Amino acid sequence: MSATGIGAAVRRKEDQRFITGKGHYTDDVSRPGQTFAYFVRSPHAHAKLHSIDVKAAAAMPGILAVLTGQDLAGDKIGNLICGWMIHSKDGSPMKMAPHPALAATKVCYVGDPVAVVIAETLAQAKDAAEKIAVDYEVLSAVTDPAKAKSAAQIHDVAPKNTIYEWHLGDSKATDAALAAAKHITRIDLTNNRLVPNAMEPRAALAEYDSGTDSLTLWNTSQNPHVARLVISAFVGMAPEHKLRVIAPDVGGGFGSKIFIYPEEVVCLWAARRVGRPVKWTSDRSEAFLADAHGRDHVTHAEMAFDGDGKITALKVKTIANLGGYMSTFSSSVPTYLYATLLSGQYAIPNIYCEVDAVYTNTVPVDAYRGAGRPEATFVVERLVEVGARELGLDPAELRKRNFIKSFPHQTPVIMAYDAGDYLASLKKAMELADVKGFGRRKRDAARHGKLRGLGYSTYIEACGIAPSQAVGSLGAGVGLWESAEVRVNPTGSVEVLTGCHQHGQGHETTFAQLVSERLGISIDQVSIVHGDTDKVQFGMGTYGSRSGAVGMSAIVKALDKVEAKAKKIAAHVMEAAEGDIEFRDGKFTVAGTDKSMAFGEVALAAYVGHKFPTQEIEPGLKEGAFYDPTNFTFPAGCHICEIEIDQETGETEVVSWTAVDDFGTLINPMIVEGQVHGGIAQGVGQAMIEQTVYDKDGQLLSGSYMDYAMPRAHNFPAFKVDTTETKCPSNPLGIKGCGEAGAIAAPAAVMNAITDALGTEKIEMPATSMAVWRALQTMNRNQVAAE
Amino acid sequence: MKPAPFAYAKARSVEDAIALLAQHGEGAKLLAGGQSLIATLNMRLSAPRILIDLNGIAGLNSITLKGGEVEIGAMTRHAEIERSDVIRKHAPLIAMAMPHIAHPAIRNRGTIGGSIAFADPAAELPACLLALGGLVEIAGPKGKRTVKADDYFKGLYETAIGACDMLTGIRLPAAPAASRYGFAELSRRHGDYAVAGLAASATFASGKLTKVRLAFFGVDLTPVRAKAAEMALAGGDLDKAVAALASDLDPPDDIQENGAVKKHLAGVLLRRVVQQLTETRA
Ligand SMILES: Cc1cc2nc3c(=O)[nH]c(=O)nc-3n(C[C@H](O)[C@H](O)[C@H](O)COP(=O)(O)OP(=O)(O)OC[C@H]3O[C@@H](n4cnc5c(N)ncnc54)[C@H](O)[C@@H]3O)c2cc1C
Repeated sequence: MSATGIGAAVRRKEDQRFITGKGHYTDDVSRPGQTFAYFVRSPHAHAKLHSIDVKAAAAMPGILAVLTGQDLAGDKIGNLICGWMIHSKDGSPMKMAPHPALAATKVCYVGDPVAVVIAETLAQAKDAAEKIAVDYEVLSAVTDPAKAKSAAQIHDVAPKNTIYEWHLGDSKATDAALAAAKHITRIDLTNNRLVPNAMEPRAALAEYDSGTDSLTLWNTSQNPHVARLVISAFVGMAPEHKLRVIAPDVGGGFGSKIFIYPEEVVCLWAARRVGRPVKWTSDRSEAFLADAHGRDHVTHAEMAFDGDGKITALKVKTIANLGGYMSTFSSSVPTYLYATLLSGQYAIPNIYCEVDAVYTNTVPVDAYRGAGRPEATFVVERLVEVGARELGLDPAELRKRNFIKSFPHQTPVIMAYDAGDYLASLKKAMELADVKGFGRRKRDAARHGKLRGLGYSTYIEACGIAPSQAVGSLGAGVGLWESAEVRVNPTGSVEVLTGCHQHGQGHETTFAQLVSERLGISIDQVSIVHGDTDKVQFGMGTYGSRSGAVGMSAIVKALDKVEAKAKKIAAHVMEAAEGDIEFRDGKFTVAGTDKSMAFGEVALAAYVGHKFPTQEIEPGLKEGAFYDPTNFTFPAGCHICEIEIDQETGETEVVSWTAVDDFGTLINPMIVEGQVHGGIAQGVGQAMIEQTVYDKDGQLLSGSYMDYAMPRAHNFPAFKVDTTETKCPSNPLGIKGCGEAGAIAAPAAVMNAITDALGTEKIEMPATSMAVWRALQTMNRNQVAAE
Repeated sequence: MKPAPFAYAKARSVEDAIALLAQHGEGAKLLAGGQSLIATLNMRLSAPRILIDLNGIAGLNSITLKGGEVEIGAMTRHAEIERSDVIRKHAPLIAMAMPHIAHPAIRNRGTIGGSIAFADPAAELPACLLALGGLVEIAGPKGKRTVKADDYFKGLYETAIGACDMLTGIRLPAAPAASRYGFAELSRRHGDYAVAGLAASATFASGKLTKVRLAFFGVDLTPVRAKAAEMALAGGDLDKAVAALASDLDPPDDIQENGAVKKHLAGVLLRRVVQQLTETRA
């Protein structure tokens, strides 16, 4: 291992610029003649849009244009799309309603943009926006997915507000197994809606060059190439080669910056109309209404057990809220990213899952850290825990009995798990968490009037998204391979171009560590180039922990080619047979001799071309590769949470957290640990305080940080984090991915701990102190009634 | 800029500020630390025509002990109060409340005058003022006047401060030897406005509480005294005091908690605070 190679906990190269305020984010980019966009958004959740009077606004100082949905339609700008086709049980395609970037005839959620003001300054744009008069005819609204089917119809294409009624698995076999079960555990769960809240709000800056008739878009995107493809091919803004998309430094995404949003489309269109660059930067309040939300499932699930505590079947019925329109990948989240993981870490012979996706008058819902997989883990891990309690078994013991122990393992819900050791992570976590001492800690807590509970979550996820053939057969509109290009400079420094995009993951460090390992050069000699469609030819971006497993595998392939060519050149220069050249620790050596060349010398030789026949071997040292994985990767692990509840107030504190994860090969253990910490924080936030509240008219009451609580450092104990390792067999580095694990594992661990302490299962996320207190009161009442 | 356009004037003195208020009337707003005001402007929840900046007025940021009273100037920052020895010694209730107010960055800017004038029902300092039976100094076009804390809070964000008035400072009785103070609040996260809170002062001697003042916050449109509970405590009956909260308080629902829960929490707070009030001191 080189000092900065694979496995080294080196500090992140990019952090110096981020923490000294020298990052370059979209809003930091300014273009000559730049103007500002401000969006007028619907204050109503559901309304017909009769007319918009823009005259007074257009006459205000500094206003260049006030544009509406009618103008957009007039210019034949296409609708936004959802790129993953899901078919209902009856074979009918999902009901994708038209989603114009500016609403023209009706609005479907509070925040739906209806007009845009383009002005010399943002203040002028905002002032003019207040003069726009919109004539709405307010309709009745629905926000609760469970009520969507009987509510006023939102889109003509979707009767009963139903987008699809999808299913997966064998219904008959599952019902038969349920009928034959010794015990059935039933549960009703809400997976609460979340607001993503990346630190950097979304932004877009669009510029039109009339000389070349081309457009450039700077935006906060996790996947700039996909943005260009959709905006070009579907929205029809410009041909792909006339549209450049640049996603510079991006301050967090958690999924919310994967999607193609109305604002960037409108900025591009407006820039061409007014002939000047147009910038939009969301503010935080706007982000609450404009960024796709996450989760929002209502689920009923049943798990069947035989007399030995073996799980024999799982049946799940979920209603998924997709909001007012179908966002870019919304359809895939509650289906193929969810139901395919319902086997968890367990050998479950029969699984059947039905998912109804519905429209409601809420912000569109799409992938958010984990996307579908946290929802699946929550269902499975709550059921297993409750099942253990009902069967009078220790929850760890019940898990052990049901763990998958041999690999590969084909689940009844598509996925074929390739490798894992679930017992190992459970055991290690139990030791680290001192589960043995829990009884004592519980008694100590009781002495202080506190209830203490312990909860497990042995989660699994499918990452490394994804084998193109597999996702294609499931309805994806794109392949999910990745590309890489390795450019070796004459002086031996290296640029790696990747189709992945970093927005917090630390790729500039970890990708460089791979190059350092392979070429024997320091990470300081390597720079990672990403996020610009003019530099990187194509790529699918970053989400679903795909950058390590897929993106780095593409770099490995390109590095293989670089090494092969460099060997040829070295062989010629050192006048040896190609087969005799060995490459190790940055040196090309002729086997059995002391003749050698450093990597840098070969690089220089490649570019000067003096010492090898350039007719036979092309000059230069630059190689590209595309890598398409053969399977998903399956990170898994065990998290154990302990909480204490103040019985008088319901205040609940996470007092201990243990995480033992199997991520396969770790490129940089420090970065991995950071990812785990962040994930746990998000998962605990979801489970305990993040509460998205809509009133009955569809107003988002929790629309700012005053009302929507994000966890802070003091909400957590010090985490005990460790790993176990089984290599992923399907990619050359053995990587599984670590970006979502914490957020997937945490909610179930918290809720299992809280329900353990309370002695009731009747509490939903977020388990705020109020909710916990109420659950306690209900129990006290029941006790009194029983006595 | 995020807010709607507004004009700006820098007041040179209290008189200057009052004159500017008189000149601009309803459309004017005083700017102190800006930690509450600027947020409402940025969200365009209010759009004053002119901001009158109090930050240039000399002599309004002092903490002094005078004639058995602690005087705190309106423009004294939360952070200055937090670090003040005079406050720690002579107004310990304020010192107890301080760490619960927001976060250091906000405490560096926010002022006590702003807090008392803004009178957020879930804020700590207005409740402390009420618990201590302090006085509010108000200057207006007709001169200066002093308003008792008990007469000061009028309704949601409404106080005895008139449209053309300015709060110049507050006066608190300096803590006598037998005095006791209690403070407790419940919030979602540390530093958030309270879900429910209680600031209390009393005298404790020979195992008995007297002169009890209980000011709850976060449970109504203003901070509120729980007078029946105060009487019960003076009678030495804690259970009766907790029960009395049923008539003393009538908390409305908000998006986090419902009123009934807040009532229960008020009882929990009362027990905790009474414990503080009656603790034997080292
Ligand atoms: C994130 C955040 C969290 C917070 N958490 C808390 C908390 O937990 N507890 C809490 O108590 N506060 C909290 N605050 C508010 C903070 O304490 C404010 O500083 C305070 O409420 C107002 O003081 P200010 O000096 O900033 O006043 P400003 O914001 O400048 O003014 C507030 C109002 O008072 C008026 N005003 C100001 N001074 C005078 C005066 N001398 N005479 C007459 N009118 C005047 C202004 O015109 C305005 O209407 C928080 C603020 C933020 C931003």
